[in-house]
Amino acid sequence: MYKILLKILRTRLLTEPLPEPSSDPPRPLLPVTGTLAIRHVDAGSCNACELELHALNGSYYSPEQLGVRFVASPRHADLLLVTGPVSCHMEQALIDTYDAMPFPKAVIAIGDCARNGGCFRGSYAVREGVASVLPVLSVVPGCPPSPAAILSSLEAIVLPATPSVRQIR
Amino acid sequence: MSEEKGKFPDGSGQFSPGMLSGHVFVESSSGDDYLREASVIKNRGGRLVSLWGDAGENGFLYSVFADAEGLRILRTLVRQIPRPSFPSIAFLFPLASRLERTVRDLAGWEPEGLSDFRPWIDHGLWSGPPLAGKALPPKGLPSKEIRGEDYPYVVVRGEGVHEIPVGPVHAGIIEPGHFRFQVVGEKVLRMEERLGYTHKGIRTLIRGRSMQEAFPLISRVSGDSAVAYQWAWAQAVEMATQTVPPDRALWIRSVLLERERIANHLGDLGALGNDAGFGFGLVQFGRLKEDWIRRNQDVFGHRYLMDTLVPGGVSKDLGDAEIRAMLDDVRALKPELLSLKTIYDEHGGLQDRFSETGFLDPMLAGQWGLGGVVGRSSGQMLDLRHDHPVPPYDRERVPVSISRRGDVGARVRVRFQEIRHSLAFIESVLPALPEGPANVPLERCESFREGIGWVEGFRGEILVWARLGPGHTVADAHFHDPSWFLWPTLEMVVPGNLVADFPLINKSFNASYSGHDL
Repeated sequence: MYKILLKILRTRLLTEPLPEPSSDPPRPLLPVTGTLAIRHVDAGSCNACELELHALNGSYYSPEQLGVRFVASPRHADLLLVTGPVSCHMEQALIDTYDAMPFPKAVIAIGDCARNGGCFRGSYAVREGVASVLPVLSVVPGCPPSPAAILSSLEAIVLPATPSVRQIR
Repeated sequence: MSEEKGKFPDGSGQFSPGMLSGHVFVESSSGDDYLREASVIKNRGGRLVSLWGDAGENGFLYSVFADAEGLRILRTLVRQIPRPSFPSIAFLFPLASRLERTVRDLAGWEPEGLSDFRPWIDHGLWSGPPLAGKALPPKGLPSKEIRGEDYPYVVVRGEGVHEIPVGPVHAGIIEPGHFRFQVVGEKVLRMEERLGYTHKGIRTLIRGRSMQEAFPLISRVSGDSAVAYQWAWAQAVEMATQTVPPDRALWIRSVLLERERIANHLGDLGALGNDAGFGFGLVQFGRLKEDWIRRNQDVFGHRYLMDTLVPGGVSKDLGDAEIRAMLDDVRALKPELLSLKTIYDEHGGLQDRFSETGFLDPMLAGQWGLGGVVGRSSGQMLDLRHDHPVPPYDRERVPVSISRRGDVGARVRVRFQEIRHSLAFIESVLPALPEGPANVPLERCESFREGIGWVEGFRGEILVWARLGPGHTVADAHFHDPSWFLWPTLEMVVPGNLVADFPLINKSFNASYSGHDL
């Protein structure tokens, strides 16, 4: 046990300062402040975006400091976070997940595939990004987008717009 | 039947010397020849590596086997009358079953003698086999019937038996797939998979593309194995064009491959701790992995090393400062790994969850010829870096990490060992990089040529086949992920375990969905 404690002490606090919130989507985005429950759906990604979402949940980025957490059930979610170009085989499951979420709700598309199909665009087996299937609030481009870019986009949703309130937090 | 070293008898498929040696190309004109050859391979102790259909002008079935010498690549003409078909070899190599079902789905050829008539990658959305004609995206959403919700899973009946359907959307950040459990109490009687949800039609997308247009797809077959796929692709293209990559490029490639292996193993070790209720492991290994992939970004310009390894070499040469920085990383990671291994080993609760969970019988692993982390954790001495080394693995030997226990704990131990060996490998390769260019232009390609690449990725053996046309256009390509064999093995391993142990067992396999579904 003492080895675990020692390791924790030696590791210190690694969480880095938050990046600037993304200015891309205009606010207000969702009527939520200080908390955000996210349901992730992989709609045919290559798994790199998932790796970045795992990295996002690690100590360096720690989205929980914003009240952002990933939940297991769409019933608990405010936000649907979609990766992948939307493969035709995942289309129905994606729509079902969205339908299972309570209002208010929104969708964000993570990565170039989710934006417009990315390098898989034009295949018989994929749609042209999440917006071709669901209403999309904002898009984080990149292949895959870095955890900082994803965090900055989530920040824009979860933080109140005025900088003074942000400082108080 | 005729066979020749290095090429098919008609001259196609020539490879560049020094790339991969010991391969035998066999042409069989009839199904009977094919079956005879396959049973000879089986009797000699060979194992199946991959199987796919080439729906070009003639229609060939490719099946690739491996033995101690190297690959044995069989090409069989598909019988057209009374309907396109080929003989199934699933009775010799059970792992061929899903590959043959996929050939039926994608090319429309019937595997004669295969007892499983269900579709596999096809979810009932397509108007016809995608490889055979011009495939178009389906219009609108399909009806329930067509959606394959009637897929006939094998159902267990009896008192107290119930069914748990899971997926395709799982309760976590993970790729999509469906698992159907037949359960009594807490115990799993049977688990069956349904995959194909991430099918993106990569095979059809890549056909007709130029070398440059095809390139981004290679890293994205399975994003966690970007380097392994890029290297296998490069081998295939270099074999087809008879290009010899410079030594320096090969050495840098090996550093890339081992960096990818270490990053993934770190992630898996953390996730395995977490799935056994030890969140400390996830946090600790997570930070080590993040440090590691940040260096990838600094040195190679991509956290997951996508688009870094080009046919003909590598896209980026290494300078002294970068080499020093990567050597520092190795020195920093070693003591961290050691201290975390001690914590994992000494944690009674963790070891209790790992031990005897998800047991894969070494006998079965041997019969199926399973390599990769899973095979090696069940006593299989298979590692391409050791058995069929390309430079620099022929000089800087990597020991095969092996365990005979066959449980989740064995797969944890093998991952720890492999990280240690990869670190030592990087430490000896980096200071000794040969001088010279980091890439060379591809030799010209005026006719249709084929090539094969075979690389030990972090999961296991990745095989890539490519046929190039004049001007380096990609006429066709096939990508084989080790997950094709990991998924059926998982089905064999899960019964008898608790439902709650499934995530742990699944994680210890860490099979890819995207690399499998293509």
